[in-house]
Amino acid sequence: MSEMPVIDQERCNGCGLCISVCTCQALLMINNIITIIEKEECTWCTQCEVVCPTGAIACPFEIVFSNS
Amino acid sequence: MAIQLEVIKSIPYFSGLSPNELDSIRELVFEKTVEQGEIILLEGELTETLFFIASGAVKVFKTSTDGKEQILSIVRPGESFNDVPIFDNSPNPTSAQAMTPVVLYGLKKNQLKDAVQKHPQIALNIIKVLAERVRQLMSLVEDLSFKHVIGRVAKILLEHAGDGATPGLRLTQQEMAAMAGTVREVVARSLKTLEEEGVIDLNRHRIIINDKKALEATAAYS
Ligand code: SF4
Ligand code: SF4
Repeated sequence: MSEMPVIDQERCNGCGLCISVCTCQALLMINNIITIIEKEECTWCTQCEVVCPTGAIACPFEIVFSNS
Repeated sequence: MAIQLEVIKSIPYFSGLSPNELDSIRELVFEKTVEQGEIILLEGELTETLFFIASGAVKVFKTSTDGKEQILSIVRPGESFNDVPIFDNSPNPTSAQAMTPVVLYGLKKNQLKDAVQKHPQIALNIIKVLAERVRQLMSLVEDLSFKHVIGRVAKILLEHAGDGATPGLRLTQQEMAAMAGTVREVVARSLKTLEEEGVIDLNRHRIIINDKKALEATAAYS
């Protein structure tokens, strides 16, 4: 399972900017509700978070030490 | 597509204008569509047209001599992004690239001048827009000139890293920026620098600390 960015639908104003910025078609508007689907191709580029005017999308990073 | 009055109305430059006045502006405006990723303006070139975004989003940035990109702002519908070279008749101080497919509304420099003379309200609106821009850029300057931000970012990474067994706290770049007392653009740049130095690896949604000692040394600078 691929992790995906997290959407706060309450905050979304439906502008659609995240959909047009995403290169892997992970974001969709379904019945006027912004929805994210699992896409292996998502590179975590964070562009959806950057472009969202209302802070409705989060691309959180997990910080880990390498094992080596 | 025809120029939409609703869009013109939503542009801060034209707020407070009567329907007739808005209509006269609409007659001057032309539409330009831009593909995702296309460069709309290049730093150093001259422009004769002021652009407003009707739909989509545009990234405004500068490129340093060593090729590093610094994003200055993300511009969204209703906003303009090349006011400065239009008003001071000088080359573009920044480049602009379409982050999405973009529809622009363009207004020629001389027509804007005529419109301002006919409708002085536009001049007041422009002053407000430019003042807001100055304020936003000032806070960015403050952050960029404060060299130790990268040290604070390093510290945040060390403080929030998990050891593999217990997962670390998950943070967005926005949250790291708030913690470091800076803006997201500066965090993005700090992470990139740390990655280039081989100290960390950005692996999709994971930040992997490769060189803890080096990260600690960077953090000690904060
Ligand atoms: S992080 Fe990038 S690739 Fe992934 S969903 Fe957001 S815009 Fe699409
Ligand atoms: S960019 Fe933000 S506000 Fe606009 S549709 Fe996407 S989640 Fe909603």
